[in-house]
Amino acid sequence: MPYFSAVSLARNANLLMAAIISLAIAFPFLMQSLGLEYYVSFASRILIYALAATSLNLILGYGGMVSFGHAAFVGIGAYAAAIMIAEGVPSALLGWPLAMSLGALLALGVGALSLRTGGVYFIMLTLAFAQMIYYLCVSMKSYGGEEGLNLPTRSTLPGLDLKDDIHFYFVCLALLAMSLFLLKRLIGSRFGHVIQAIRQNQTRMQALGYDVQRYKLICFVIAGAFGALAGALLVNHGKYVSPAMMHWTQSGTLMIMVIMGGVGHRFGGVIGALVLLGIEELLANHKMAWLAALYPNYQQHAMLGVGVLLLAIVLFAPQGLAGLLVRPEPPLKSRQ
Amino acid sequence: MSAGRASQAPLLQVKGLVKRFGGLLATDHLSLNVIPGEIHALIGPNGAGKTTLIAQLSGALASDEGSIFFQGQEVTRMATHARVGQGLARSFQITSLFPKLSVQDHFILAVQARSGTSFSFWRQRALEVSMMDEALSLAARVDLSDQINVSAERLSHGEQRQLEVGLALATRPKLLLLDEPMAGMGPQESQRLVRLISSLRTEASVLLVEHDMAAVFQLANRISVLVSGAIIATGTPNLIRNDPDVRRAYLGDELATH
Repeated sequence: MPYFSAVSLARNANLLMAAIISLAIAFPFLMQSLGLEYYVSFASRILIYALAATSLNLILGYGGMVSFGHAAFVGIGAYAAAIMIAEGVPSALLGWPLAMSLGALLALGVGALSLRTGGVYFIMLTLAFAQMIYYLCVSMKSYGGEEGLNLPTRSTLPGLDLKDDIHFYFVCLALLAMSLFLLKRLIGSRFGHVIQAIRQNQTRMQALGYDVQRYKLICFVIAGAFGALAGALLVNHGKYVSPAMMHWTQSGTLMIMVIMGGVGHRFGGVIGALVLLGIEELLANHKMAWLAALYPNYQQHAMLGVGVLLLAIVLFAPQGLAGLLVRPEPPLKSRQ
Repeated sequence: MSAGRASQAPLLQVKGLVKRFGGLLATDHLSLNVIPGEIHALIGPNGAGKTTLIAQLSGALASDEGSIFFQGQEVTRMATHARVGQGLARSFQITSLFPKLSVQDHFILAVQARSGTSFSFWRQRALEVSMMDEALSLAARVDLSDQINVSAERLSHGEQRQLEVGLALATRPKLLLLDEPMAGMGPQESQRLVRLISSLRTEASVLLVEHDMAAVFQLANRISVLVSGAIIATGTPNLIRNDPDVRRAYLGDELATH
């Protein structure tokens, strides 16, 4: 028997959740009082990537659709929001829903054309579509072309000052929290059960009478919309948009976040974004004397370390870091 | 079989069906009728094309030529899920389940498939008690009441086969395509399944692919013999038992024991 009863486990989970939420709310004020404002902006970046990775986790982890083009949805949301600001319509209430709609629309097109395939073909098709969008944006000379575009200001929201990093942080936090709550509801709904069952056995679902393509497509569209919302936030965060945001390596980064954090775990995207961006930050902006003493060239070979970490997670914790927090299932007893 | 039944419009009508795999003619201009209320067995040696035919009838494989009519409506190019919606369901020769899901969750998915929309994104499914009740009665139907919370991977082989048939039943089919439901079962388990299939007669027709000749001759109203993708004989069990062509092509001495 496990050491905790189910009740105390649930209570512990609730306590942990309450602690994390309190910390997330207190964090910017804490940093401000310590004079470390930079970290408020850095934390916003983590929240945005967490949102993008979570939207990828919906299709990758729950729906079993290995999309290698998720950066395209982030990118189209980014360009939609950026162009609205550049054209003098900074209202987030217009720009962000527009970004989500375009993300959904793009996902509808890409999904309709690629979801009929599976496995490696699906991976290559989503990658190919994302590259098409990438080159389309490179060719938009009036919006910066390959160089990208600096924006004069952030989007505006009534009652808030998004130019203030703390306001912006809370907007990102609220949107991420709302998305995670929506994800929880979705997973437990009829639709959520259907997409998870399709991941496990598509043929059986067809034989039960489900139009699996339609369910997968709708799941893909939802993920596209939320990926685009992350893109709109990302543009606001850096006041800058460029095709690099939808380069295929960005799709890879999101995928690594999901795999590290936990494929098909509700907080997998959040944990993955936190860990990967955290490591990146440590390596880029902090001289770690103890590590330098151990291995003088560690900064040059840092990505190798990240690779080894990813490998270790895939091999020894296939459920990702989130999986380490969840009680493992008891082993199979043989019957008969 | 009553004389009146033969004149009834067939539930399933297959005309000149063809499936080619490269140079191989897996289904060779095959024609077949299933009448309402009958259990129609399909027998034949390994490689005769039985599973290929089931895949074509269920919509998993596209046919190259010919046509399939179900309840008078052409379904030759209809997608699998749409055929299931019309009442044409199948079970799989190789058990096809959700290993991690409980027996109850399997049946709930089946109930959900035909009970209104699954495009519900907000309401929590766990609160829908009526679906749970229906799942329980389906489990009872295939003798899995005691295993209701057991995940499929922990069921015995026989129980998995029962679940396999139960899932096909759960779609409320008018015609059930059963692909070797007794495969790998012990004699006791087989008999339980024979009783279950026999009890279906009143609600659905059955096209039964089965190697267990005892079960076939116990259950079938009519038998069709499939050899090299074509049906060489169709008739009552007695007729088939004594057909010289059938004996030569397939049954051999096997029938002497029945």
